[in-house]
Amino acid sequence: MNICVLIKRTFDTEEKIILTDGIIQEEGAEFIINPYDEYAIEEAIQIRDEQGGEVTAVMAGNEDGEKELRTALAMGADKAVLINLEEDVEDGDQWTTAKVLSTYLEGKNYDLILAGNVAIDGGSGQVGPRVAELLGIPYVTAITKLEIDGRKVKIERDVEGDVEVIEASLPLLVTAQQGLNEPRYPSLPGIMKAKRKPLEQLELDDLDLEEDDVEPKTKVLEIFLPPKKEAGKILKGELEDQAKELVSLLRSEANII
Amino acid sequence: MARKVIVLGEIRDKALRNVSFEAIAAAKVLANGGEVVGILIGEKAANLASDMIAYGADRVVVAENEKFNHYTPDGYAQALMAVIEEEKPEGIVFGHTSLGKDLSPKIAAKLNAGLVSDVTAIEADGDNITFIRPIYSGKAFEKRVVTEGIMLVTVRPNNIAPLEKNEERTGKVASISVEIKDLRTIVKDVVRKAAEGVDLSEAKVIIAGGRGVKSAEGFKPLQELAEVLGGAVGASRGACDAGYCDYSMQIGQTGKVVTPDLYIACGISGAIQHLAGMSNSKVIVAINKDPEANIFKVADYGIVGDLFDVVPMLTEEFKKLKVLSF
Repeated sequence: MNICVLIKRTFDTEEKIILTDGIIQEEGAEFIINPYDEYAIEEAIQIRDEQGGEVTAVMAGNEDGEKELRTALAMGADKAVLINLEEDVEDGDQWTTAKVLSTYLEGKNYDLILAGNVAIDGGSGQVGPRVAELLGIPYVTAITKLEIDGRKVKIERDVEGDVEVIEASLPLLVTAQQGLNEPRYPSLPGIMKAKRKPLEQLELDDLDLEEDDVEPKTKVLEIFLPPKKEAGKILKGELEDQAKELVSLLRSEANII
Repeated sequence: MARKVIVLGEIRDKALRNVSFEAIAAAKVLANGGEVVGILIGEKAANLASDMIAYGADRVVVAENEKFNHYTPDGYAQALMAVIEEEKPEGIVFGHTSLGKDLSPKIAAKLNAGLVSDVTAIEADGDNITFIRPIYSGKAFEKRVVTEGIMLVTVRPNNIAPLEKNEERTGKVASISVEIKDLRTIVKDVVRKAAEGVDLSEAKVIIAGGRGVKSAEGFKPLQELAEVLGGAVGASRGACDAGYCDYSMQIGQTGKVVTPDLYIACGISGAIQHLAGMSNSKVIVAINKDPEANIFKVADYGIVGDLFDVVPMLTEEFKKLKVLSF
């Protein structure tokens, strides 16, 4: 089984967003593997351990992404590929990322490609399905269970709380939803081993792409923070009176009932 | 410049979802006076066309096929692409729902187009359309424009107000036949797990429980309150991790991001990851025993007390109101 996992480096979920001159400040922020991508890595490792084969973790990003790729290797991925866009792409969008990744994946003939259901920073969830479409393979998003029997695949996916049971066959791209598994922490021997595992660095040139080929279709004009909330009203008195007061406030002051 | 914009109407339980009406309102803005064409894909979709028109669509195209009894990306994409080839729209609007999230990137890739996902507001200045969308789960927002080609958009439920329903509006309803071939994913079964009734992502009212609910049974008073308010019940990651409820109920940076009119947080401490999923709710009420709990910082109204005392009292108070509407 030849498995590929697409991963993204994101801000830690604990991080606050600070804007400096309209740009999100990255200095000093902790970065992590996008949490949904961790489920994808874990699933890939489990499938390889059962069925044999190899897991390749692929990221389109900048050179800092090596840290997250090493973490994927430490979890158990066999090799990693970093497509470094820093020099060539200034403000890529999901179209850009999907174009870069699918160009890299084209002809590699992976049986299974896994990705996160959504990245917690950009939050669009586009890249997985876009890549599948560009590669001409089917996809299933937001999966919570995956069973592979030969070339046949049985999947459960989350549809706003309901579970859809899907049948498909390989090759296939799936995106991981929470509940798929419990991602492992890298072990110390895993971290040691990861240092010696292959990590290939590529640039657009190596994919025979020019900057113009990945010119984004959308552009960010401005980033802003949500308006600060005024401190709320903490009610006082007997609980029963507070309950009464709250209902009346929701009605008269907040005007929502 | 007027644009022709198509809107995918989304059918659930034989009715159109609210977000589809919101999508029509969004399409009107994009259209800038141009035509808004509703698209219905489904097994028996035609009888919903008049609803799309009443909410602002100028006409509706219906693609019916027995293979549409379940959504599949291949089947829906074939139908939608057939309509797109015929209509040649300059914009397409989807709801940012499970279906819209799944289908829109595929269509965008087929059209070699950009896609702005999870839009919460749209600004129009003549021909220029700017989309506002949350990033970092609502910790920040961005203004994004489409720089090239057709405009594809998904709109987040509950954010863009639908137009007022007008049953007197009329419009043509046409149907197209689409030959559906080669479905590479097949839906074998759908297991209903979500609570009956109101869907979390579209709910106007959400009652959410955290570790403070203490057990699966502890959600019961929350459910009773939700029932009275016609709302949905959600949870923090803490409650899900503790096994009190299903992960499908989780609200937060991982989990669902929601923007109801009223969010009542019960026994939720208010970790930053949870706040990311709900802090854009219109009105937030926090109920927590700990007066220092972080959730009070984002709450409009707070009650310091045991949720097992407070929630049933609220349920009783709301019951006293004869007419409840949100």
